[in-house]
Amino acid sequence: MSSSPALVVDNLRKTYGNGVQALKGINLTVQPGDFFALLGPNGAGKSTLIGILSSLVNSSGGDAQIFGVSVNKQRNEAMKLIGLVPQEINFNQFEKPFDICVNEAGFYGIPRRIAAERAEKYLKELRLWDKAQDQARMLSGGMKRRLMIARAMMNEPRLLILDEPTAGVDIEIRRSMWQFVSGINAAGTTVILTTHYLEEAEQLCRNIAIIDHGTIVENTSMKQLLSKLDVETFVFDVDNLPESLPSLPGINFRRVDEHTLEAEMPRTEAMNAMFEAFSTHGITVTSMRNKTNRLEELFVRLVENGRQEPGKEKAA
Amino acid sequence: MSNMSGNLVALQTIVRREIVRIMRIWTQTLIPPAITMTLYFVIFGKLIGSRIGNIQGEFTYMQYIVPGLVMMSIITNSYGNISSSFFGAKFQRSVEEMLVSPMSNWVILLGYVTGAVARGLVVGLLVLLIALFFTNLHVAHPLVTILSVLFGATIFSLAGFVNAVYAKKFDDIALVPTFVLTPLTYLGGVFYSVNMLGEPWQAISRINPILYMVNAFRFGVLGISDVQIGVAFGVMLVFVIGLSWLALSLLHRGVGLRS
Repeated sequence: MSSSPALVVDNLRKTYGNGVQALKGINLTVQPGDFFALLGPNGAGKSTLIGILSSLVNSSGGDAQIFGVSVNKQRNEAMKLIGLVPQEINFNQFEKPFDICVNEAGFYGIPRRIAAERAEKYLKELRLWDKAQDQARMLSGGMKRRLMIARAMMNEPRLLILDEPTAGVDIEIRRSMWQFVSGINAAGTTVILTTHYLEEAEQLCRNIAIIDHGTIVENTSMKQLLSKLDVETFVFDVDNLPESLPSLPGINFRRVDEHTLEAEMPRTEAMNAMFEAFSTHGITVTSMRNKTNRLEELFVRLVENGRQEPGKEKAA
Repeated sequence: MSNMSGNLVALQTIVRREIVRIMRIWTQTLIPPAITMTLYFVIFGKLIGSRIGNIQGEFTYMQYIVPGLVMMSIITNSYGNISSSFFGAKFQRSVEEMLVSPMSNWVILLGYVTGAVARGLVVGLLVLLIALFFTNLHVAHPLVTILSVLFGATIFSLAGFVNAVYAKKFDDIALVPTFVLTPLTYLGGVFYSVNMLGEPWQAISRINPILYMVNAFRFGVLGISDVQIGVAFGVMLVFVIGLSWLALSLLHRGVGLRS
């Protein structure tokens, strides 16, 4: 069982009672130890897929295997291997964080003494120990998110699924959460992450699948995906922008305002010629940056392409 | 860890959590029924009951209504506990903690039912203790008393669970107690013997399951009953089996819980 992939999704389908086809027979494989990004626009089918993996949603066909254990046929065994951090806050707000964690362990059959030790460990690691005996409803939004991560770790899962865990969390707490999850991943836990913060997926994840309209439109390594991006857009802050913009083959310039210029150019193109043209036109550049992060640009293109060619799938 | 030992830990966890919840909000779970029943004893037992003669020969009206009122407390509190607790878990989505765990469906059901039965028994005991301030009671058949209490609490815990599974809003868990449970309880022989009724009301009363619970308990405490004890336990057993099957079937299919 140890050589089995962490996750195999085999022709998984889901049609809701209202006729909406949330998943149209998707296939996906996640290897053990991976940090895997599952991205897609709202309503793409990500949460449905996670719901099926965690048995909160009944599939209409196909199966998923967690480390070789079928979710359909051996649900209870499969659930022992998963930790889930859902998108919505879903603990009893009137309970204490310590009790929430200990009870969660109890649901997994973990004796109370061990559960108490683990609760202390993970609440401390996620900097919640001083709030352990407060009512959960008194916690801030970021603390509630961290509490859900601590809770998901109580059964020390081999596969941790994080469904938009940093939504609405400030940057400092978000970074501390990623530090924690990266540590968990480095220790051997496979992590599947969905997020709308694409720069995080780019930084953290080694492999990626993009889902849209219930189909996988891309499934590859992060490195390979990013190498597909052949065009980049730069934003230049300038002192003064003349009426006539520079003209260079292969580079599209666009005036944003009196002090901002955008340039879309092939990634293979050297930038020297562009800076020479700026000098020729008397443009003084004070700073420059990427317009969007690379993954975001690819994500938008892939999703838009998928919409132009509905039903096209590039599953692994 | 085997599945059974894991399930037992999970069961203990749910029961402990339910008991903690009952004790945490004891002013809502334990005190109101005690006050309500004290008023029943004062008004119906003392003030009105003193003007009513003995019932079935040797028992004062106060003695006669005590078993019914105790059973009424047990039924309403068992039902109310499980319906509000499980629906609350659905409403807050904390029920998902259990649904994504490896525990079996019967553990979820048994855990919640045990918690609800525990509240029913505690409230029943409180009401019984209060009753002793107003009258003397001797338990005629202890085993029948205990079994009838356990059956009554279990049946209405299961019914409350089914109600909570189907409920989509808090109004849905208030409707059944108001429009079904309360009328059935009042017409279930709590305050009178159904033998006092003429036909067809006597026959109609006999299709009310609460009649059998109240009378089984009354037989246990006082030794008198309007129905045969074997029939009463037969009816209760059918309800326990039927409602358990229904509740487990709903959990298995994920009705109201899984998409």
